[in-house]
Amino acid sequence: MARLKQSVIEAAGVTFGIAMFITLVSFMTGLNKMLDSLILNRTPHIRLFNAINPNADQPVNRTAEFSKSLNIVQSIKPSDSRTEIYNSSAIIQSLKNDSRVIAVAPKVASQVFYNIGVIDLNGLVNGIDVSQELKYFSFADYIIKGDAYDLNRISNSVILGKGVADKMMARVGDVIHVTSAKGDQMSLKVVGVFQLGLATIDDVQSYASLETTQKLLGKPKSYFTDIQVKLNNINDAPKIAKEYSNRYRTDAEDVQTANAQFESGTKVRNIITYAVSVTLLIVAGFGIYNILNMMIYEKMDAIAILKATGFSSSDVKNIFINLSMIIGVIGGFMGLLIGMLLTMLIDQIPFNTAALPAITTYPINYDIKYYLIGVIFALITTYIAGYFPAKKAARIDPVVIIRGK
Amino acid sequence: MSDIILETRSINKYFHDPVTFQVLNDINFSIKKGEFVSITGKSGCGKSTLLYILSTMDTDYEGELFIDGESMTKLPHNGLAKVRNEKIGFVFQCHYLLPEFTVLQNVMLPALKLGKFEPAAIEERAMSLLRRLDIHDQALKGANRLSGGQKQRVAIARALINDPVLIMGDEPTGNLDSKNSKIVFEIFKELVAEKKQSLLIVTHDEDFARTTDRNIVMDDGRMVK
Repeated sequence: MARLKQSVIEAAGVTFGIAMFITLVSFMTGLNKMLDSLILNRTPHIRLFNAINPNADQPVNRTAEFSKSLNIVQSIKPSDSRTEIYNSSAIIQSLKNDSRVIAVAPKVASQVFYNIGVIDLNGLVNGIDVSQELKYFSFADYIIKGDAYDLNRISNSVILGKGVADKMMARVGDVIHVTSAKGDQMSLKVVGVFQLGLATIDDVQSYASLETTQKLLGKPKSYFTDIQVKLNNINDAPKIAKEYSNRYRTDAEDVQTANAQFESGTKVRNIITYAVSVTLLIVAGFGIYNILNMMIYEKMDAIAILKATGFSSSDVKNIFINLSMIIGVIGGFMGLLIGMLLTMLIDQIPFNTAALPAITTYPINYDIKYYLIGVIFALITTYIAGYFPAKKAARIDPVVIIRGK
Repeated sequence: MSDIILETRSINKYFHDPVTFQVLNDINFSIKKGEFVSITGKSGCGKSTLLYILSTMDTDYEGELFIDGESMTKLPHNGLAKVRNEKIGFVFQCHYLLPEFTVLQNVMLPALKLGKFEPAAIEERAMSLLRRLDIHDQALKGANRLSGGQKQRVAIARALINDPVLIMGDEPTGNLDSKNSKIVFEIFKELVAEKKQSLLIVTHDEDFARTTDRNIVMDDGRMVK
């Protein structure tokens, strides 16, 4: 009993709402994921290290005389504590046996000066376990020149940050000179250039193998300054970090604490995404409600006739609810399809940013979850939008309409 | 079982808008099985209002109504819908066909709702009714593409599809020319003779009213004769 044209317009309303929802959510969560990965890919979930802090246990506290008094010592300097992690190989072994841990990668960080002619440029060389970094910390995504595996193949090799490489005018194959904080000089062969997109890192840091860095520092093979841990579930990081800190007597920093402002940014973006999407769906719902309502006024006669010839109120209600559900299902699935096509289209648009060498088109998140939400919401809105007009249609007394003629 | 098909007990009806006004005043009457009754009267005397109450479409009245020995007054809306579907065939002044459906579908609709027969059997029955009313050649046309007289015949076929015990008409010939009116009357008369169905027709046509078994004249909400 529905006029085709009207139903098509109505279904188009649902289709539009759902398509926009899918497009928007896929695009926005895609962007969010990209922004998150910008920071999180290269950040370990938990980082074990020794912070340089003044010793909490000052000598005055140990003397029997003052043990019960409140001792205030001003301008304490940190003692010559080592930044090395004690007993590192045992810790790594124990971490590897922890079922919550996906990967463990030790790291040696070393302050250096890059020697450019007469100028010494302040910098940091990270000694890394290359294969682990490639496998679990998406290191390869950020290498813009050269091959990361060359760090293992060629001794005394280095991958420079893009900023560092530009300043030193170093290309792959060149040899650069660095001076360690202790004054030892070393020649390193450039085997690659990386770009994280964060100037504070790209302009300062470079990567070398663990052995090269240990050699630069003149330290043994068991010398590590950081142990990076990747977990199964990133949300467990704060809890597990605390546990490790107690167990291994080191400092442990979780990713949430390290990037607190980033976390809240993600949250806010997600809220905006959902707010906009829900608004779209509600608007589509009101459209359906209006059209069905209008249709009922137009179909008064038909309703009256159906009732006069013996159709009950619930029959009339079911007809209208079925009608709106059919519209909801067809419109909803069309919406999913169009939404998917639109996102695929966006996925083809080139998006080149210096910050993200691995990304060439706009990021899209094809999560099935959003398609399910879209369909469920389409069905619920069309049901509600159909229910009230249908109830109204069911209440109409046939004689009121017939007498009115 | 008594042979009274419809009975009213002191039915009163008021309109409240704009002022309270009594439309029907103490209506007591009954129709026997197979009786052909007509109601005549001036415009606004309440005959259509009475007909709507008798057909259970209007439930806002005082008094009691029995159809086929059963009280309609306390039945819920869905129960009344069932009675209308099963026992009453109604022919309106305007045909009231559903324009989205074909003639055949329009006729079949009440029977499909009743669900007593298979759709194929219903279709056959609807076709035979249309054939009787001589419009079977239009069966597959859209309902809005017929002439007024044809439409009214389709409406009659629709009223008859469930073999109701009572057929009511609200000026079924009001919109027809005299030739078509005559055809419609003939059909009604044959029905009473053939199937012992009762008919209650509201009409303006005095000539027609005289040919029925009983003619009730209404004036000012009362039955005068």
